[in-house]
Amino acid sequence: MRGQRILTLAVLGAALFARAAAAADDLPRWSFDGVFGSYDRAAAKRGFQVYHDVCSACHSLNLVYYRNLQQIGFTEDEVKAFAAEKQVNDGPNDQGEMYQRPGRPSDHIVPPFANEQQARMANNGALPPDLSVITKARKGGPDYIYSVLTGFVDAPEGVKVPDGMFYNTAFPGHAIAMPPPLVDGAVTFADGTNATVPQMAADVVVFLNWAAEPELEARKKLGVQVLIFLVLLTAMLYAVKRKVWSALH
Amino acid sequence: MADQAAKTEAPGETRRDFLYLATATVGAAGVAAALWPFIDSMNPAADIRALSSTEVDLAPVAVGQRITVKWQGKPIFIDHRPEDEIKRARDDDNADLRDPQKDADRVKKAEWLVMVGICTHLGCIPGGQKPTDPRGDWGGWFCPCHGSVYDTSGRIRKGPAPRNLAIPPYEFTADKMIKIG
Amino acid sequence: MPAPAAVPPPENAVVRWIEERLPIFGFVKHHLRDYPTPRNLNYLWNFGSIAGVMLVVMIVTGVLLAMQYTANVNMAFDSVERIMRDVNYGWLLRYLHMNGGSFFFIAVYIHLFRGLYYGSYKAPREILWWLGLIILLLMMATAFMGYVLPWGQMSYWAATVITNLFSAIPWVGDSIVTWLWGGFSVDNPTLNRFYALHYLLPFVIFAVVFVHLWALHTVKSNNPLGVEPKGKQDTIPFHPYYTAKDFFGFGMFFIVYLGVVFFAPNLFSEPDNYIQANPMVTPPHIVPEWYFLPYYAILRSIPDKLLGVIAMFGSILVLFVLPWLDRSPIKSGRFRPIFKQLFWLFVVDCVVLGWVGKNSPDAILRISDTVGVPFLVIGRIATAYYFGHLLVLLPLIAAIEKPKPLPDSISAASGGKG
Repeated sequence: MRGQRILTLAVLGAALFARAAAAADDLPRWSFDGVFGSYDRAAAKRGFQVYHDVCSACHSLNLVYYRNLQQIGFTEDEVKAFAAEKQVNDGPNDQGEMYQRPGRPSDHIVPPFANEQQARMANNGALPPDLSVITKARKGGPDYIYSVLTGFVDAPEGVKVPDGMFYNTAFPGHAIAMPPPLVDGAVTFADGTNATVPQMAADVVVFLNWAAEPELEARKKLGVQVLIFLVLLTAMLYAVKRKVWSALH
Repeated sequence: MADQAAKTEAPGETRRDFLYLATATVGAAGVAAALWPFIDSMNPAADIRALSSTEVDLAPVAVGQRITVKWQGKPIFIDHRPEDEIKRARDDDNADLRDPQKDADRVKKAEWLVMVGICTHLGCIPGGQKPTDPRGDWGGWFCPCHGSVYDTSGRIRKGPAPRNLAIPPYEFTADKMIKIG
Repeated sequence: MPAPAAVPPPENAVVRWIEERLPIFGFVKHHLRDYPTPRNLNYLWNFGSIAGVMLVVMIVTGVLLAMQYTANVNMAFDSVERIMRDVNYGWLLRYLHMNGGSFFFIAVYIHLFRGLYYGSYKAPREILWWLGLIILLLMMATAFMGYVLPWGQMSYWAATVITNLFSAIPWVGDSIVTWLWGGFSVDNPTLNRFYALHYLLPFVIFAVVFVHLWALHTVKSNNPLGVEPKGKQDTIPFHPYYTAKDFFGFGMFFIVYLGVVFFAPNLFSEPDNYIQANPMVTPPHIVPEWYFLPYYAILRSIPDKLLGVIAMFGSILVLFVLPWLDRSPIKSGRFRPIFKQLFWLFVVDCVVLGWVGKNSPDAILRISDTVGVPFLVIGRIATAYYFGHLLVLLPLIAAIEKPKPLPDSISAASGGKG
C-alpha cells in the first residue's frame, strides 16, 4: 500500500521533470526559476536597456517607479537621469495652470501615450498592452514572452496572414499585430554584450519578470527559511505526538 | 496556542519533559517571528517613504516674505527673515524661555527660518504666515486655538504650548534651494 | 468523563474570581481538555481543525489587506499591485490570502468527503451535517465575491456570468440581476457591495462554525468504525491526545500551504486575472477558480439555462437530504463493501466534473487520431452519475447491501489507534 503510493509519486515526479526538461529545449534557463532563484543583475540591466530603447516607444510600464530601478543595480544618479528624460504632467500651480515638469525617481515610468485612444491611433487600432505584469498575465509566462519575441518567421507555405499583421510561431492564432520589435544589433549594450535577437529577448524577459515580480528574491529567501523552520518544528511536533500517544499502550 | 508543554496523564509525574518544552519554545519563537510581517505591513509603505522628502526653491521668496509648503502632509513655515526679525530673535536668546534654545541653533542660514507649522500644544496651525494675520506680541506667530504666542525664532513665549515650533530635517542643496526630509 | 455535578472550586483565587462571574476556565476544561473523543480517529479527522485555522488565517490576512485595498473600479487593480510592490510584506499578505482560499477549500473538501465515507451525516448528526453545508455555501459566496475584488479580467467576467445566471429565474429574474448589480452591468456599485459583503461573511462563517462545534459537542465525534463509543474505555480526553495530533497536522498542512505561497504562488491562478478588467473584451475562456469547477461543469451540461442553474445549486442542496437518501444503519464505509466502491467512483466522478469544468464544452478529448469525445458529453455523463449516485444508488445499496459484521465496540476492535 505504502510502496504503491511512493511508486505513483515517483512516476508523477519523473513525468513532470521530463516534461519540463523537454520544454526547455530552445528556451533559456531562467536565473529566477527554482527554489534559490534570483535576478541576474547584468541581464536585468540589459533588459531595461532593451525596454527603454525599443519597447517603451509603444508599451507602458505603469506600475514600476523609476526609483525601483535601483533594485536591479542602477545608481541613484542613473535613475534620476532616466526619470528626467521624460516630462510629467503636474499642477495646478499657484496661477491655477497645469504644467509639465521633468520626471523624478518617485514618479511611475512615463507611458508613451497619454491614453488608450492615442495608443490605438498610433498603432493601427491595436492597443500595445502595459508590460508591468506581462510575465504573469500570459499562459507560459516568461517562456511564452521569449517565444513570441523570437518567434517572428516568414509564414509557412499556404498560410495567409491578414494585412497589417505578422506571422508568429508562439502567438495564439499565429497572427500578431506587433511588428517584429527586435533585430540583431537593435540595441548597443552598455556592457558590450553582443545584441543578438535571442540575447535581447532573454534579457528583456528577465527585466520584465523582475518588473512583474520584484519581490521574488525576498520571497524565495524567506520561503527557504520558513520551510526549513517549519519542517524542523513539524518533526518536533510529530515526536511530541508519538510521545503523548505512547501513554495509551 | 503554542502551549505544548502538557503534563502526561501518568499520575505522579510532574516534571516537564524536555521535548515538550523544546517544542513549545520553538513553536513560540516561530509564532513571534511570524507576527512581524503582519505588524510591519501597517508601517509606511515604500511609496509613502519615497515621498518623504521635498525640494523647495527659495529664490522667489522676497525678504520679509513667509511661505508655507507641504512636507509629509504637514505645513512647513519658511520665513525669509529681515534684519530686524533676526536681531529681535537673537536679543532674546537669554530671555526667560519655556523651551530655552538659541536662535543660531534653530537655523542654518540666519535669514531662512524653516519650521513645522504645527502648534506644539494640540496641533493647530498658528497664524502669522499671511501679512494680515496677527503675529502676537513678539512679531512671530500666534495660534488662535488656545493663544500660544511664538517669537521670530519660532520659540514659545506665552500660552499653553510646551515646546518651540519643531525644526524639520533639511539641508541647503544650493544657495537658494533646500531639501526637506 | 463529562464534568460531574460537584466540581471542586479552582485553587487559584484570581481564577476563582473570574470563574464565578464567567465560567470560561470550566468551559475550556470541559470542551477542550476533558472532552471525550473516540480513541481511534485517523488523520482524516484533522481537517476540521485545519479548516478552522485556515478561517483565522483568511480573516487576519484579509483585514490587513483591507487596510490597503481600494474598492473603486479605477483603482482596485492598481491598489492590489501597490500591495504587492510597496506595502511592507504586502506580497506575502496577498499570496497568503489568495492561496489560503484554495487551501481552505482543500481542507473543507477532504473534511466533507471524510463525512461521506464514514457516514458522519447519519443520525444523530444530521444538523451537524447541515451546518457544515451552510458553512460551505457561505464559503463559496465569500470566495466568489473575493475573487471579483482585484478587478482583473476573470474577476469581471466571472462576476458577469454568475450574476447573469439569476436572470433564469422566471418573471423576476432580470429585476433581481439589476438589483444585484446596482446598475445595468457589473460596475462600481457591484464592486463596492461585493467588498462590503466579502468583509462581512467570514464573520458570519465564524459564528456558524461555533454552532457547528456546539452541535458536534452535543452528539460527539463519529469515528472510522462508525460504532458509537460505549463507555470510557472507547474514548480519550481531547487534550493532550488530539491537541498534540492536531498541532502536528497543522505543521504538515502548513508545509504544503507555505510551500505553494513562497515557491508557486500563482499555481492556482488564471493568467487572465493579471489583466485589468475590460468590459469590452471577453476572454476566450472564462474559468472559475478550481474549487468551483465541478459546479461549473454541471451548470454547462444542462442545455436549459434555468434547469442548469437548478442543477448547479441542486448539486449541493441534494446533500442536505443525504441522511434520508442513505438510510443504512451502518455508518462507516469500512463495513459496506458495495458502498465503499461506489464512494470511490463518486470521488472520481467529482474529479472528472472538475476537469470538465476546466475545459470548454465544445473542446474535444482526443482518444486517437479519429476518435474524440466532446467534453460536453463527458460532462453530461458525469453530471448524470453525480445525481444518480446520490438519488438512486445510495438508497438502493442501503436497502440491498449486506454489510460486513461490525465490531462490538471501539476498544474491542483491538483499540484501533488512528
